Amino acid sequence: MEGSIFQYEFIVKGLLGALFASITAGLAGTYIVSKRMVFLSGGITHASFGGIGIGYFAGINPVVGAAIFSILSALGIEYLSVRQKIREDSAIGMLWAFGMAIGIIFIYLTPGYTPNLMSYLFGSILTVTFGDIIALGILSVVLIVYFTLFYRTILYISFDEQFARTYSPFVNLFKYLTTSLIALTIVLNIRMAGVVLVISLLTIPPNIAMIFTKVYSRIVLLSIAAAFLGTAAGYLISYFAGIPVGATIIFTLVIIWSVVKGIDHIFSKVKVRHR
Amino acid sequence: MSDCLLEMFSLSVAYGDNIALHDVDLKICNNDFIGVIGPNGGGKTTLLKVILGLVKPFKGELIFNQQLLGKTKIGYLPQISTGDNNFPVTVKDVVLSGLMMQKGVISGMSFQDKKRATQVIEELGISELSDSPLSELSGGQLQRVFLGRAVIGDPKLLLLDEPGNFVDANFENDFYEKLKGLNRRMAIMMVSHDVGTISAHIKSFACVNRHLHYHPSSEITNEELTSYGCPIQLITHGEVPHTVLKKH
Repeated sequence: MEGSIFQYEFIVKGLLGALFASITAGLAGTYIVSKRMVFLSGGITHASFGGIGIGYFAGINPVVGAAIFSILSALGIEYLSVRQKIREDSAIGMLWAFGMAIGIIFIYLTPGYTPNLMSYLFGSILTVTFGDIIALGILSVVLIVYFTLFYRTILYISFDEQFARTYSPFVNLFKYLTTSLIALTIVLNIRMAGVVLVISLLTIPPNIAMIFTKVYSRIVLLSIAAAFLGTAAGYLISYFAGIPVGATIIFTLVIIWSVVKGIDHIFSKVKVRHR
Repeated sequence: MSDCLLEMFSLSVAYGDNIALHDVDLKICNNDFIGVIGPNGGGKTTLLKVILGLVKPFKGELIFNQQLLGKTKIGYLPQISTGDNNFPVTVKDVVLSGLMMQKGVISGMSFQDKKRATQVIEELGISELSDSPLSELSGGQLQRVFLGRAVIGDPKLLLLDEPGNFVDANFENDFYEKLKGLNRRMAIMMVSHDVGTISAHIKSFACVNRHLHYHPSSEITNEELTSYGCPIQLITHGEVPHTVLKKH
């Protein structure tokens, strides 16, 4: 009996986690893929590892450290690129490795054994707490409300920032706000997929969706569906096969993308032949 | 400035140490159709940007007649490359974005707005593309979409930046006819390097080469251009009847 209760909790945690991860990754992922901010988001992800290290060292929750670190680095990069004082990709490259370096140094300096380090790098459902799931749930609600209320404002600023500046004084505010929410999305999903893999959780689903549609709102919905399919399936496979969950999810998502892309390729060839 | 939309007095703009516009005076009034010409890097686009509030002058004054300009204020057709044309957004959504200056940041377009967009798209002759993503459009089609975005809000002033660049041959006549029609309702200021083509459609010239010289007629000679410090090659259009350039 005890085993089945444990199993039940495990599955509920996994499915809820998969649902919230999919909602947040779908919304944030569509934004970063459409705006070609994937490299920037990768930088934010790895910079947050510095926050994890400092969190360990200072004895605070590493997720809080990562959240602060990633938001600050995201705003820093946006600020620098708005000012156009620095090459954006170079800045990201620097920040990327700098964050990792800080993380490694502080974890090394932390006395004693740091058991969860691997779970932060590669993700682990075993160490995901209900607190983590609740945090992801709250973020899902915040993102849904934010993107629904300000849909057109966000869409138009992302599409043509200069034109948006001709009518709105709030362009920078919205850019900073959206980027901060994306940084938070990345950090909270690190618990599921890990620092190394989380960026794919955000970028593969929109790319699956874009095979079917080129309309932003539909890409969001389809990405969430694709992400849920990938994370839920990946989660179950990892559970029964006893392999790491983050890697399994990413592996499953890439397989889904390849299959869909392949089918689409064959169908579009058939269409051309029929013309 | 009773019937003038905006007026600028000794306006100067600089990027760092580079002075782009120096002591510019200009008035734009109802039903004006001003062609802005001048060499590349002479400050033509900067002139548009300062009116749009995209760059700030370091000296001088820019006064808008808010009463005449109304809610939509200014329609703007940028050079085609400002947005990302592979962005997943449809033709209709782009045209609707021209209404954003009347809206707050909270999204939502009414049924009326969407009907208006459909109408504008139809007038531009691209109805069948209404729900297509921008990535599937040709240069000329894109230009029509952006013209739609600029005029959907019925602005009192329309700014066009090098519209001729991407207009395909069979839309060109249509395009200038359309502008003529729009000019009955709104003042137009059009940046172009092709003096020959625009001179048939405009009412006055502004030569911009760091300084601005206003020329209150659509006829202009090479000598006048040189004296304005506006060294551009006049493009002769041979026997094409719409050319109103004087012999030179």
